[in-house]
Amino acid sequence: MHVGSIVIDTASPVAVRPWYEVVQHTLKHNDVKLVTYVPDKVFTPLIKNLHADSDFLTFPTAREEEALGIVSGAWMGGRRGAVLMQTSGFGTIPNVLASLVVPYQVPAIMFVSERGTLGEFNLGQALVCRTMRPVLESLAVESHTITRDDELEFIVDRSIKQAVATQAAVAFILSPLLTGGKVFEA
Amino acid sequence: MSKAASVVAGYDNAKVLNRFDLTKRLVARLRNEEAVIGGIGNTNFDLWSAGHRPQNFYMLGSMGLAIPIAFGVALAQPQRHVIALEGDGSLLMQLGCLVTIAAQQPKNLAMVIMDNGLYQITGGQPTPAAGTADYVALARATGLTKCAWAGDEQDFDKLIDAALADGGPTFIAARIDDKPGVGPTDRDSVQIRQRFMTGLGVRRTV
Repeated sequence: MHVGSIVIDTASPVAVRPWYEVVQHTLKHNDVKLVTYVPDKVFTPLIKNLHADSDFLTFPTAREEEALGIVSGAWMGGRRGAVLMQTSGFGTIPNVLASLVVPYQVPAIMFVSERGTLGEFNLGQALVCRTMRPVLESLAVESHTITRDDELEFIVDRSIKQAVATQAAVAFILSPLLTGGKVFEA
Repeated sequence: MSKAASVVAGYDNAKVLNRFDLTKRLVARLRNEEAVIGGIGNTNFDLWSAGHRPQNFYMLGSMGLAIPIAFGVALAQPQRHVIALEGDGSLLMQLGCLVTIAAQQPKNLAMVIMDNGLYQITGGQPTPAAGTADYVALARATGLTKCAWAGDEQDFDKLIDAALADGGPTFIAARIDDKPGVGPTDRDSVQIRQRFMTGLGVRRTV
């Protein structure tokens, strides 16, 4: 079945590509080729592959606020960008969302690897995770928690298009159910 | 001051200048629709008061992000020079951005820091760096090589001309007095962004 430009294989609901390849493909397909990040262990394969792909300009920043500032400037200059961060990194950006991204109507595309749930070992991560969705909701920033391979491409592809069309930011919260999360031995 | 003096001007022998005067000097030297990003508060107010240009962007909040925003514009439009105007207190909020820029080396980015050692807009309290940190030395330590204190007004003009002619990234710091910004910017964020994107040729006026 074809839905828009993406292909959904109804006969095989389990995606053959890992999540990070789907994200890379979907970003490229939507001309989002600038990716700034503060890393997370979960993002390791995505970051490695983006660096290896000459279609992308990918680099780390010192803070998540900075990463968002760069993609905001790039958007105004005509270049689409996305930011990768972990849950605790999201905890550092409410001011930038409230004073730059939302009031200036910047379609910032954010990927947050979700820590603090489903087997978290660090109480600091667990608590900051509780703050993330209320912040997004209070600013009316669209967000999707993605748990399933077979929904990943549809959600990311459609939501990037919506973000650009409506000039509104979007946050993709990548659940450990999708990525495997960061595991530890109890 | 001789041209050579621009190389050797340090914090101690840099003349104390005026932000609005320097901003007018900067704007007067722009010939090629360069983009200028004003930080929060007084850098922004003086940029507005120096005469609005379609290629000016004014922040309302997000303290410290003038340089990252300018860097993003520079990445999107490599043929256009982009200048960030930032206060010393704002730079302190996001010093790490200098490390990122030193690593990426955008040739079309200039950073201008107005240093009076004060959080002027909140009542003139000294910054934690006042009298101790040297911003040019800090910038140089990140790996940025084109870094200078403006020795006086003419030296500032030369440094701006060099940044626009030779390419960067360039980091220029100026010691300034404690005069307030000249006047507040219109604070319509959507209009600011739309005008800026139109000024950069990204959007058409509708």
